Amino acid sequence: MSIKVRIPTPLQKHTNNQAEVSVDASDVKGLIEALEKDFPGIKDRICEKDGKVRRFINIYVNEEDIRFLQRDATSLKDGDEISIIPAIAGGQDIAGGAS
Amino acid sequence: MNLTDAQIERYSRQLILPNIGGKGQERLLKARVLVVGAGGLGSPALLYLASAGIGKIGIVDSDKVELNNLQRQIAHSTNTVGMPKVDSAKKTLNAINPEIEIITYNLRITSANITDIIKDYDIVVDGSDNFPTRFLVNDACVLAKKPLSHGGIFRFDGQAITILPGESACYRCLFPEPPPPGLVPSCQEAGILGVVAGIIGTIQANEVLKYILGTGDLLTGRLLIFNALDSSFRQVKVPKDPNCPVCGKNPSVTKL
Repeated sequence: MSIKVRIPTPLQKHTNNQAEVSVDASDVKGLIEALEKDFPGIKDRICEKDGKVRRFINIYVNEEDIRFLQRDATSLKDGDEISIIPAIAGGQDIAGGAS
Repeated sequence: MNLTDAQIERYSRQLILPNIGGKGQERLLKARVLVVGAGGLGSPALLYLASAGIGKIGIVDSDKVELNNLQRQIAHSTNTVGMPKVDSAKKTLNAINPEIEIITYNLRITSANITDIIKDYDIVVDGSDNFPTRFLVNDACVLAKKPLSHGGIFRFDGQAITILPGESACYRCLFPEPPPPGLVPSCQEAGILGVVAGIIGTIQANEVLKYILGTGDLLTGRLLIFNALDSSFRQVKVPKDPNCPVCGKNPSVTKL
């Protein structure tokens, strides 16, 4: 089934600047693999080497964080909207003052 | 506290709001708000908080105003380039509202000084520019039980959430750890549209006003996500994380 995925700005260079893509997947793990197949390199940005979603990136199925569902085993159904949301800080540089 | 004639005139357009009135204005005038960072987020937040009559506003920033700040940091101006941002912002706020007290902290906020600084305030606005400071401000506010308005911006994207320690999810419930240095580009590398800072900083000011007035629903337990390109506002749920390293059941962060 086709699942709509919102791609955050920092990852859009992997999706040819598309903010929204569609992939076929029945759970979140399959969704990440499907994204990697279409957009090689994106999985490394989302996941640690052990395959777990990085701790400064969250994946939401509709409005729900998968960490509070079944993590990457969370199943997906037609019409679900997935959002990948990274922590953002803003501002100048790490040594500077304010954004 | 009786409002003077000048105060009644100055605040008349909000005094007539049913959620504010004389009582609400007195609460605002007695409130103490700390803004960390007088930059893109802090500037609009400071302008609206000062205009609304927040009685005591603290500003923390260690930087000086640079020309490249003025595209978004609207509390500063061309003739304050080179001035410490806290002094430049104070000058602007005093010109808008000379009745309120502005306390400046021309320093970098650190684990050694943050607890002492935030203790004198009712609520904290985080407008800092980097992950270590954001996590420090979150942890300090949770440990001191200080309400916190968090805002973040990147290119055309903005995020905001309000944290009531003990009651609602904290920033580490949302993101347990900062990204390692170098993995996420900074605004200097990535760029930022000035109005994104304006919109998110203004939302932070709105959260502070609602908190002080005790009106409306705060952005607690949910993250507001703004995108400037499609003008979309969305929200996702942010539950309290029982495994949160700072506000969970067995916290690993117990001091700064």
